[in-house]
Amino acid sequence: MKKTSNIPELQEIARQLRVDCLKMLHRAKSGHTGGPLGMMDIIAALYFHAMNHDPQNPTWPDRDRFILSNGHCCPAIYVALCKAGYFPKEELLHLRQIGSPLQGHPKLKVEWGIEMSTGSLGQGMSVGNGIALAARLDKKDFTVYSMHSDGEAQEGMLWEAALTAGFRKLDNRICFLDYNGIQIDGFNKDIKDVAPLEDKFIAFRWAVKTIDGHDMAQILEAIDWAKKTSGKPKMIIAKTILGKGVSIFENKPKYHGVAPSDEELAIALKELGEN
Amino acid sequence: MGQATTTSPDKIATRDAYGKALAELGAEDPRIVVLDADLSGSTKTAVFAKAFPERFFNMGVSEQDMMGTAAGFALAGKIPFASTFAMFATGRAFEIVRNSIAYPHLPVRICASHAGLTVGEDGASHQTVADIALMRVLPGMTVIVPADATETRQVIRKIVDLPGPVYVRLSRAAFPVIFGEDYRFEVGKGHRLCEGKDVALVACGLLVAHCLEAAKILETQGVRTTVVNMSTVKPLDETLLLQVAKECGKIVTVEEHSILGGLGGAVAEFLAEKHPVKVHRVGVRDEFGQSGPAEALLKHYRLMPEDIAREALTCMQGD
Repeated sequence: MKKTSNIPELQEIARQLRVDCLKMLHRAKSGHTGGPLGMMDIIAALYFHAMNHDPQNPTWPDRDRFILSNGHCCPAIYVALCKAGYFPKEELLHLRQIGSPLQGHPKLKVEWGIEMSTGSLGQGMSVGNGIALAARLDKKDFTVYSMHSDGEAQEGMLWEAALTAGFRKLDNRICFLDYNGIQIDGFNKDIKDVAPLEDKFIAFRWAVKTIDGHDMAQILEAIDWAKKTSGKPKMIIAKTILGKGVSIFENKPKYHGVAPSDEELAIALKELGEN
Repeated sequence: MGQATTTSPDKIATRDAYGKALAELGAEDPRIVVLDADLSGSTKTAVFAKAFPERFFNMGVSEQDMMGTAAGFALAGKIPFASTFAMFATGRAFEIVRNSIAYPHLPVRICASHAGLTVGEDGASHQTVADIALMRVLPGMTVIVPADATETRQVIRKIVDLPGPVYVRLSRAAFPVIFGEDYRFEVGKGHRLCEGKDVALVACGLLVAHCLEAAKILETQGVRTTVVNMSTVKPLDETLLLQVAKECGKIVTVEEHSILGGLGGAVAEFLAEKHPVKVHRVGVRDEFGQSGPAEALLKHYRLMPEDIAREALTCMQGD
């Protein structure tokens, strides 16, 4: 698998992943569309630029880990792991089917790069902290990345874990918070506003940076900053647009949890330059 | 028998045996890490903490975070032991145990103390009589309720390399040590402690001691009693249970737990399908506990040897 620091190349990978993701969801006729499209630029940057991982040796003990704490966005990592070479592309045809490792929410399968079972929100930060504490104990210098969401920030357990990471100065933790402002029932500013997130994590003793989650240069710069910042866990709050890349999905709560129809897929592929 | 709260040379709380066993293992196995949620003095993980401070993680009053962190340790190849009161380990953190430990089948050892009524004076908020039921329904979860200090020590050593998650139910109260050093615990194996063809008492945890006393009471009335220590509630020793059911024809389950869903539930479910015999359940009858000295509570909730003997006689009547 080839890693790159070339921004146009990473943007193209993100575009391809969006296409793969929409085709997969359309075929499955079930799954979450908005979140995965919104975080795809970050996912591309992690798997094809930042993380040390090897699809040929998936259980390599010194690999970087990625925990998708907002497990419903797994279509994003499924297409990324597939593209990276963890499993054949045919497997994407079986998303959400009986017997498929590509469950509706992630199910642990390290051989395929799925590092933890997630889906019930709020649990992945603690899990990532546990891996990070074990790494510290073993004097290993890999990084534990995790992805979280704004809706997830309404779960109390996330803050228990944030307190642990801050208190224990887990600087081998780099977390992203996908801040698109939308949860299933609507906008989180109307349901239970999680703002100001930056202040909260600073108060919990994290190093915090807010970026445009669709600006590849900003994403790479933030990861670089996070790797260089020691003594604290790092939180990169990524302002994103739910459904990014497809105008009919963008910023519409309705597309949090539904797969694209035939017509929607056709429009989406056209907008993504897949004719 | 029944002096549940006083200590004497032959009475040791299973939590104390746990703390000691854990510290011994810590010296032998560097993979072992221990997590607690601000109750290390009570759960006795403090013994390990003192010996191996770098492998002890006090997670504060955050049981959910503790279970999730333990899952992370397991993913990274450690053998995490996670301890707090049984109420919070299985109640507060249930969904994390379910989704982040049991579902990915991670080798987290949940060793929870202060189970059942013998928590005593703290009362119902801290007395879980539902923990066995909650853990038993999780696929792949091994559930063990040691009967005394000797068995506890062996349980802790045996589960280190057991695949998947384990729940071990421990107690606060000092209770009689009923097994000698020749006792051999095996995961999934019950032990017949005395033999009789009239009725079988199938028990787990502290009340195994009460069953041995109950068998003596029954003997004075000419009733020959089998007593089984079913310390592994899951997987249940079905072979032994079937054998005892065939031999005795009458089973009384005994546990410091609700009669719903615990050992009594497991035994009744199995026998109803495989070999229907009369089953009576001694336990807490679908109610909450309350404050009081441990022994007084066991009397109040009718879990003493004479209560068990009476239930055995009732079970034997009416055929």
